[in-house]
Amino acid sequence: MMPNFPFLKNKKAEDKSEVFVPSRRDFLKLSSLATGGFLLGVNFQCAGPKGETITFAPNVFVSITSDNEVTIVAHRSEMGTGIRTSLPQIVADELGADWSKVKIVQAEGDEEKYGNQNTDGSFSVRMFYEPMRKTGATARHMLIAAAAKKWEVSPTECHTENSQVIHSSGKKIDFGDLVAELKDMPLPDPASITLKEFSSYKLIGKDVTIYDARDITTGKAVFGADVDLPGMQVAVVRRSPVIGAKVISFNDAKALAVPGVNRVVKIDGAGIPPGLDKALEGVAVIADNTWAAMKGREALEIEWDLGPNQTYNSAKQLEEMLQSTAKDGKVRRERGNFLTAQRAAGKVLERTYLAPFYAHATIEPPAAIAHYQGDGICEIWAPTQHPQWARQAVATALELDLDKVKMNVTLLGGGFGRKSKPDFVVEAALLSKAAKSPVRVQWTREDDLHFDFFHSHSAQRIKATIDKDGNFTGWNHHTVFPAIGATGSTTELHPSDGELALGCTDFPYDVPNIKIETHESTAHTRIGWLRSVSNIHHAFAIGCMMDEIAEARGIDPVKHALQMLGEDRNLEFKPETDGKYENYGEPIETFPWNTGRMKKVIERVAKEANWDQKLAEGKAVGFAAHKSFLTYVACIVVVEKGSSGKISIPEVFYAVDCGIGVNTDRIRSQFEGGSQFATSLATTSAITFENGIPQQNNFDGYQIIRMPQSPKKIHVHILESMEKPTGVGEPPVPPYIPALCNAMYKLTGERIYQLPFKA
Amino acid sequence: MEKFTISVNGKNHEVTADPDMPLLWVLRDLLSMKGTKFGCGQALCGACTVHLDDEAIRSCSTPISTVGSRKVTTIEGLDKEGHHPLQDAWVEHVVPQCGYCQTGQIMTAAALLKKSPNPSDAEIEESMAGNLCRCGTYNRIKEAILTASKTL
Ligand code: FES
Ligand code: FES
Repeated sequence: MMPNFPFLKNKKAEDKSEVFVPSRRDFLKLSSLATGGFLLGVNFQCAGPKGETITFAPNVFVSITSDNEVTIVAHRSEMGTGIRTSLPQIVADELGADWSKVKIVQAEGDEEKYGNQNTDGSFSVRMFYEPMRKTGATARHMLIAAAAKKWEVSPTECHTENSQVIHSSGKKIDFGDLVAELKDMPLPDPASITLKEFSSYKLIGKDVTIYDARDITTGKAVFGADVDLPGMQVAVVRRSPVIGAKVISFNDAKALAVPGVNRVVKIDGAGIPPGLDKALEGVAVIADNTWAAMKGREALEIEWDLGPNQTYNSAKQLEEMLQSTAKDGKVRRERGNFLTAQRAAGKVLERTYLAPFYAHATIEPPAAIAHYQGDGICEIWAPTQHPQWARQAVATALELDLDKVKMNVTLLGGGFGRKSKPDFVVEAALLSKAAKSPVRVQWTREDDLHFDFFHSHSAQRIKATIDKDGNFTGWNHHTVFPAIGATGSTTELHPSDGELALGCTDFPYDVPNIKIETHESTAHTRIGWLRSVSNIHHAFAIGCMMDEIAEARGIDPVKHALQMLGEDRNLEFKPETDGKYENYGEPIETFPWNTGRMKKVIERVAKEANWDQKLAEGKAVGFAAHKSFLTYVACIVVVEKGSSGKISIPEVFYAVDCGIGVNTDRIRSQFEGGSQFATSLATTSAITFENGIPQQNNFDGYQIIRMPQSPKKIHVHILESMEKPTGVGEPPVPPYIPALCNAMYKLTGERIYQLPFKA
Repeated sequence: MEKFTISVNGKNHEVTADPDMPLLWVLRDLLSMKGTKFGCGQALCGACTVHLDDEAIRSCSTPISTVGSRKVTTIEGLDKEGHHPLQDAWVEHVVPQCGYCQTGQIMTAAALLKKSPNPSDAEIEESMAGNLCRCGTYNRIKEAILTASKTL
């Protein structure tokens, strides 16, 4: 069974995104609900006495008060990408709002009302660029119509700017002064709505400062653990040390003796498989404050039945996975006949690549606040990437109807895929019900590193054949890693088609014989998705192998990539993958894999990095290119060996084609951050298991890079493009790792086949 | 449980707490000041950084009983108006991504600038090495510190 990956945009979600761009039929159908309802129709509250604020809300995303305050709803979660700014920025630009005065409010989790809110898979801008423009434009049309009527002029003589409608004569009126006029105005026919010319945008395509910058730097921004409710208690949980372990018995006497501890509650876990949205088995200590709860947890005495995972050793499994790649596997893509190519080859390169488990390690550990209100209503505040899923998971765990769960979304102190999974939110809800009070569940760093949904460790083997004339004729890629689907189903033994389409079956190079195979492995922990998912290890292996092939053929790696991409054209993967190629949930006709666009980013990065230049002694450069989440990225990393022998990364060059760029500053910041994130993956981070238990407990064992280890200068070149916008949260990560490894090879003469390597 | 009087941002607060309770949880849970963040609890990430007198310290690893009469400054008290040169520079360079680590980063940087108003690159790297940022804002942090050091 194909698991439904929340990081892949699915069709249903797309349909829902249309919800708030009402068709005429929808409006007529729903207008009777419009009195108090906020759903689709027009929400007017303007019968009040003079002086009272009146609100014009043409749809759920925009409202304007008679005080001329424009409020835009951000319905996707802010975890550092800037999306809480970028989508409202699009609405404001079409509307002609005064951006410096726009208020942004965060939507609660409600996909009926807002459309898809699953902030994952780098698809927020891709999915909502058009709808947000239409949203702003619809409100603009209505305001102009109202002003034109008032002035008795033609709407075509009017435009909007700075939250005013302006007539060609110079006459101006604040949006707020038109609100009353809009009372009886029906929503315009969507077909009549015209969007602005791209060249006239004042916010889209520009550097726009994130909305929360000031609140963040003054400590006012509200993250997951920052909500205070009257009477709130704090819970800290001792979870099953090994996934699948069950509590046989526990003694809470000592825990309850800790001052401030009020109650100890057992949480029933899902067992094996653990699932993606369920709480783990555990015992919770509920106290007046966090410290008391932590001390209480230390005093708990629990007898565990550790279950089958207690003998799990990840190094041993990785070795077995590596061995398996030497055998025939399940064929997932085939072109030509690799064996024939191998027989005819003058040279066969065969290399293996290993990568470890990674934890997300957001600096904000999971935390959530729940208030179960006795009357069967549960209100939550949580740093969740996927509020609707969290809401659903809470409703299921508490056996409530969905509409009884209210999901408020705070800022996220980092997400990277971890906070898609609502296990910690479910814990808060269960514990609030048990404690009969509001409860904050607080994870420690140790909890976070032990009970993550890890990026899977992986083994890969690639064979490449070069014929007697030096042509690159065959590619045989074996990949094996415990699949995400295994977290929900013990019968998922192979990576899914979805995971393979992340950098493996979408191998783009023009090689006549291709065979891609997978092997079985089992999951002994919770597997999830981490920033760019299986692109991480696939790009590492492919990017490093391509560099070796270029070397073996005596061709510069940049020229080699350009040559192997072949003619400018759109690629097709479906015929060779048995029809199973997933294009990040998008039809390949609308979002093609175009070799020309990839070549352009490669050429650009080579030019910007001055690739052909002679480098000073002790410096070296490496290159890789990788498309992920429909975004084309090429990367060049410069490494340097200092006089002390220490290796540093003085410069990184990126070129990116993500279609239309909405907030160029946030595109650059995602690439800057992505290269730093990837430096950790490549050089410092790994989770290993012994006896089923992660061996890294805190940031001393699971290291992420610190400022001195960071690349010093990161140059991000955004290609000008009028193609449909695609995402930038994840795409910076995959090509960086092989580019760094290839640079290290040039510096040290040694190839890198296993991550993390010591820099 | 014991009674303690601590000075936070120029105001005295009386709290009743376990003497081992880290200053972090006193600030967050007992005084409801949420700008100081929890990241690791082991002095490994710097998210909880505050000033004790002029020194940047990790509040997660500072028991309340050791604070004594020293003055605690948190992000909320760094500048009354929230316009410390570092805060302004942070906005100018749009340093934050998720923002979670940033109050700790700013507090560490503020202590650095007090000691060394014109820090070198190497000094900045060394002083800031205790503050983790998972989003990867190290470069902009450095630029913002350099900008702020010019306006001080
Ligand atoms: S929470 Fe104090 S250093 Fe991490
Ligand atoms: S901005 Fe997210 S951890 Fe630093």
